[in-house]
Formats: sequence, C-alpha cells, structure tokens
Amino acid sequence: MWLSLAAGLGAWVVLRPAAAQAPTEDLAAAIKTYTGGAAVREGRIRFDIAELIDNGNSVPITISVDSPMTAASHVTSIAVFNEKNPQRDVARFQLGPRAGRATVSTRIRLATTQQLVAIARLNDGSWWSQRVDVIVTLAACIED
Amino acid sequence: MARTLITVPPSARRGEVIEIRTLIQHPMETGYRPGADGKVLARDLIRRFSCRYDDGSGSQLVFAAELYAAVAANPLISFHTVATASGTLTFTWEGDNGFMQSESVAIKVT
Repeated sequence: MWLSLAAGLGAWVVLRPAAAQAPTEDLAAAIKTYTGGAAVREGRIRFDIAELIDNGNSVPITISVDSPMTAASHVTSIAVFNEKNPQRDVARFQLGPRAGRATVSTRIRLATTQQLVAIARLNDGSWWSQRVDVIVTLAACIED
Repeated sequence: MARTLITVPPSARRGEVIEIRTLIQHPMETGYRPGADGKVLARDLIRRFSCRYDDGSGSQLVFAAELYAAVAANPLISFHTVATASGTLTFTWEGDNGFMQSESVAIKVT
C-alpha cells in the first residue's frame, strides 16, 4: 500500500509539468465550441489568481485584457474555462466600448488542482487566450 | 428578495471610467452536490447578470455575464463603465426557478 502510494505520488510529481502544457481534450473541445474553431493566439490577457489556493469554494479571479476599449477597438467577450470541475464553463462576460476598461473580477469554485483558461474576443474578430495553473488544497463541492 | 450590495461611486467626472461591484445573496447550488440525505440537491443557479446604463439617451447594455456552476455562492461581479451622463444604472440577475431581481442605482456625472 505504501509502495503504491509512493508510486502514485511520484507519478503526480512527474505528470504535473506535462499537464501544464497542453489543455486536455474536453477543455480544448469546449474552447473550440466557444470560438467556433477560430485560431486562438496567446497573450494580451492578464489572468490574476492565487497560485496556491487553500479553499476552492471561493477563489477570487481578475481578468484584464490589453485593449483601449474604444468604439474602433474593444473587447466583445471574455470567457473562462476550467479543466477538472464537473462542467468546463466557468463564466462568460459580454463587454463593449461602454465598459471603458476590459477588466472583470469574480469569485469561482475549483474542484481540484487544475488549469484555467481565459479566452477573449476582440471586435476585429481575433481571439486571445491565457492559461494558468493552480494548486488547490481544499476542494469545492466536498464541504457543504 | 435576495440581499444585494452594489458599489458605484455616487459621483464621477464625465468620461471617467468607474468601477462597479455587485454582490447578491444566492446559494448558487451546483446540482452536483449531495445533501444531508445523500440525494443530489437540485440545481439553483443565477444564470445571467446584466447592467444597463440609462443616461438620458435611452437605456444601453454596458455589461452582461453568463454564470455557470463554477461561480461561487453569493456571486460577486466587478466590472467598469464610462460615466457618460447623470442617470441610472440598472442591474438584473436572472436564474433557475424563475429567479429574477433588479436593482437600480443613481449616478451623478459632472
């Protein structure tokens, strides 16, 4: 039992950096459904979240997109996806030039250690993304 | 009526970008969680939030959000808007079981 536990821990340590690179299949599929298969470039988004989360029931997040937010150039939507909650969607925000600044904050639940992805769509039709890995010590959905 | 907490600066200069924070009391029951009797509790979520700004030239949508089970209980949403003219900001939350609530806040723009 100890051996298997040690082996399990070893696998976890080895696998984590690998998991940080590419999104899992269903996460990629959820993003593809959202973007309609359009090319998504990395960058322009700042995803603020604590790297180490001790309570997954309420995790503050802030997403900022580098955009002047004028009628000519603005962010139209921002979406957040997760890797390992029961559902891939976290939230979707709709913005426009009237928003003034492309910065949105909320509080979310995280079931376990996983990857989060923020996707932003600009009015010129381009899509941008930012990935972030977080470690969750106390999961949501277990405590009531 | 659920309790809400809305933070809007009472006055702003014309063209200034202001931060708005909204909080509403709601369990955001996910529909994945078992209750004390072991049965899964029915889903009860706020699904949509929107903010409209009526500055005298008609009410315009400033910001909207679709929320899912991964949003924490008592959802807090913080965003920005441009203070164009004195008027009212109307916040609406809609959700499962016919949940719907609207709150209005006046803003003075100089």
